[in-house]
Amino acid sequence: MLEELGTTEQGDLIINVGPQHPSTHGVLHLVITLNGETIKKVEPHLGYIHRSIEKMCESLTYRQFIYVTSRMDYLSSHINNHGCALAVEQGMQVEVPLRAQYIRVIMDELTRLASHQLWWGAMAMDVGAITPFFHAFREREMINDIMEETCGARLTMNYMVPGGVAMDLHPNFRKGVKDFIRLFKSKFDEYDELVTHNVIFRQRMEHVGILSGQDAISYGTSGPVARASGVSCDVRKWMPYDIYKQVEFTEALETAGDCFARYLVRMHEMKQSLSIVEQLIDAIPEGDFQAKTKAVIKLPKGEFYSVVETARGELGVYIISEGGTTPYRIKFRSPGFSNLSALDHMARGGKIGDLVAIMGTLDLVIPDIDR
Amino acid sequence: MNAEEIKSSITAVFAGSSADEAGEWPVVAMDAEDWLNRALLLRDTREWLFDYLFCVTGIDWKTHFTVVFHLRSLKHRHSVVIKIQVDRDKPQLDSVSSVWRTAEFHEREVYDLFGIRFSHHPDLRRLFLTEDWNGWPLRKDYEDPVNMIKL
Amino acid sequence: MPSLEEISKSVHDLLTTALPPVMALLTGFLIAGLLVIGLFTVLGLVLVFMERKVSAYMQIRVGPNRVGFKGTAQTLADTLKLVLKEGLTPSGSDKFLFNLAPFLVLITSMLLMAPIPFARNFQMWDLNIGVLYITAISSISVIGILMAGWSSNNKYSLLGAMRSGAQIVSYELSAGMAILTVVVLSGSLKISDIILSQQNGWWIFKGHIPVIISFVIFIIAVTAETNRAPFDMAEAESELTAGFHTEYSGMKFALFFLAEYVNIFIVCAIGAVLFLGGWMPFHIGSWGAFNRVMDYIPSSVWFMSKTFFLIFVIMWFRWTFPRLRIDQLLNLEWKYLLPISLFNLLLVTLVAIMGWYF
Repeated sequence: MLEELGTTEQGDLIINVGPQHPSTHGVLHLVITLNGETIKKVEPHLGYIHRSIEKMCESLTYRQFIYVTSRMDYLSSHINNHGCALAVEQGMQVEVPLRAQYIRVIMDELTRLASHQLWWGAMAMDVGAITPFFHAFREREMINDIMEETCGARLTMNYMVPGGVAMDLHPNFRKGVKDFIRLFKSKFDEYDELVTHNVIFRQRMEHVGILSGQDAISYGTSGPVARASGVSCDVRKWMPYDIYKQVEFTEALETAGDCFARYLVRMHEMKQSLSIVEQLIDAIPEGDFQAKTKAVIKLPKGEFYSVVETARGELGVYIISEGGTTPYRIKFRSPGFSNLSALDHMARGGKIGDLVAIMGTLDLVIPDIDR
Repeated sequence: MNAEEIKSSITAVFAGSSADEAGEWPVVAMDAEDWLNRALLLRDTREWLFDYLFCVTGIDWKTHFTVVFHLRSLKHRHSVVIKIQVDRDKPQLDSVSSVWRTAEFHEREVYDLFGIRFSHHPDLRRLFLTEDWNGWPLRKDYEDPVNMIKL
Repeated sequence: MPSLEEISKSVHDLLTTALPPVMALLTGFLIAGLLVIGLFTVLGLVLVFMERKVSAYMQIRVGPNRVGFKGTAQTLADTLKLVLKEGLTPSGSDKFLFNLAPFLVLITSMLLMAPIPFARNFQMWDLNIGVLYITAISSISVIGILMAGWSSNNKYSLLGAMRSGAQIVSYELSAGMAILTVVVLSGSLKISDIILSQQNGWWIFKGHIPVIISFVIFIIAVTAETNRAPFDMAEAESELTAGFHTEYSGMKFALFFLAEYVNIFIVCAIGAVLFLGGWMPFHIGSWGAFNRVMDYIPSSVWFMSKTFFLIFVIMWFRWTFPRLRIDQLLNLEWKYLLPISLFNLLLVTLVAIMGWYF
């Protein structure tokens, strides 16, 4: 622990949770003020994995900077890349081939599935059940294998480039994805049996960490966190990019705003992602996987903002160009950063156990917050 | 409201603001004057209802700073980009964390990396960097021979 | 199988003929002490290995399978590692209490070993208030845990110790009530008497629904008392890193670990004695031939298989359930388990008075 803060004047206990703590999933440092077991205040201290990606990007070309963004939200690296590619394409005025669009969306949804599977296991572990973690990883491994075949990487993909995708799909891709869909469908009920319908789990989740719809908007939350509070904000629905316009899926919405609602939203999203992949996997058209682009990309003077829906919420990529080969300033609006700001509000008045459950359902990825 | 209507209605209400040509969303530029009240108006006026602040960006233009607020109305489903020019020698701007709660973190980030002071901010401290850090890393004239890689 | 009394008597006789009386007594102590420590270590090793294998099975893993035959020496290697590790004492801690705590916890579970009947006529100390002794001694371990949490000078430890104090004290009530139901039925506090009263059928079968209820309550309560998931509030690794033993390392940590597993064995053994007939074989009414076949299985096998079955159930809990929150845990005890077990005790008393059991 970095600092010895002791107790406050009122005799409250101040505890450092993190940066090395089993439930913070990375180097998040929370300073919590406790009255007995009840939380009075949660104060996040960030920056333990701050690499200043925004500053780095200022000296990287438009082709290079995408690779850095895989390291932001490493669980949805495809989607980060996708957002950056979209922003650059906006500036280049380039039309992405249909095949590339299909591939991108399929990859996005597979990433979302993998990310939610990891979240599911990790969240169950936060509330004390260790076994689900292994069950979640069993299926996640299949997605990783599929990714590895096509992209050559399992975590930081660097697959999407301005104008399309870096390389064509592996011949086994379609079969692998179909096998995965078949297996995952049969295992999904197991997830529900093991965790969703568990009485203890329900007790830990229901009416815990309630975030009202109004607060969800005011705190700028997005993704499953906002949707669990009844805020319809799915970028794929409201500002569809690539071929999301043609895909049929429902936006997962819950109104309770508690941990269980966030849980249900993500479970529902997994089903939706699966159905999106199912719709697209047989419809991938033949053709180019990449538009013809110049080797050195120069963007015109101006501003380009692209929005994508990552597994955690709305990722914004804001490029300010002065007409060169490198961005003048780049800003990543990361979903986890805004979602984290609501943590204090949600955790107040709860117990330590609630804090852990809330952090679990916020699905925080620290490199995404720190950047 | 479509983009043109938003631009014209905002520039009509706020003196000294001007519509800017830019990407997919309407852009309105204004100066730092009276920003807190304007923010309240942006959030509460019935035709605008910009209740969702999703991005706060600082930009160093070497002569001045610009703080960019990306706002969206979840009711009307329209967006607007507000650009506020801030003096570089004495960077100061009203905090809007009482209007949009999320601004508290975003403004701390901008303060941390650009050194723009947000007045009436409840807790304006460094967010990512340590308290004893010297300088404001995202400013263009920032030099750090140890940590920065020159390409 | 010769009884424990005979064995100890013959050893004693042997020693007194070979050595002067004082030396004989001391040697006798030494042998007994070594045997108990040996039993402890073996139990700990077996249970840790079992836990790792059970958890591996439930988590679709293989578990330890490299060291020794099929991984059986894994826990031995781990113990060796723990012994060799440096035992740190954090500065600012209360050194005396900090070092005393693991021993207190361990001694408590050693004391509890005394009245466990491992087989027919194989009990170290068959005192006439055996059940009372067990409930009394088992409450001492909470002092050790509180001591460890307080003296560590760590807030996580303190919170863990406080939780575990509240938890053990409250769940002891239900466990005691559940034990009392069997005492009421068998009319004795002596462990051997309780086992003998199950000659014609185990209490869980003989005592109708009330005893089944108290058996379930007993299992829940002892899971909580031994700080096992889903009631592992005191450790709660995702909340309090490691709870009361956060600051312990090396052998001192190993002692806590060992005590935890031996405690599980003890509570399961008591459960087996009270509800499942201890070392009594499984008999069905008038099926003479079947009963005789059952009698051929040694009593130690009966006892161990029952105990290990209960241990398996408790492990099963741990690897399946999420953890309760501390207030929910106390609610469960004070609002549900305690009233139910009080009422259940009344019901059992009625059953016992009217002689409605078989």
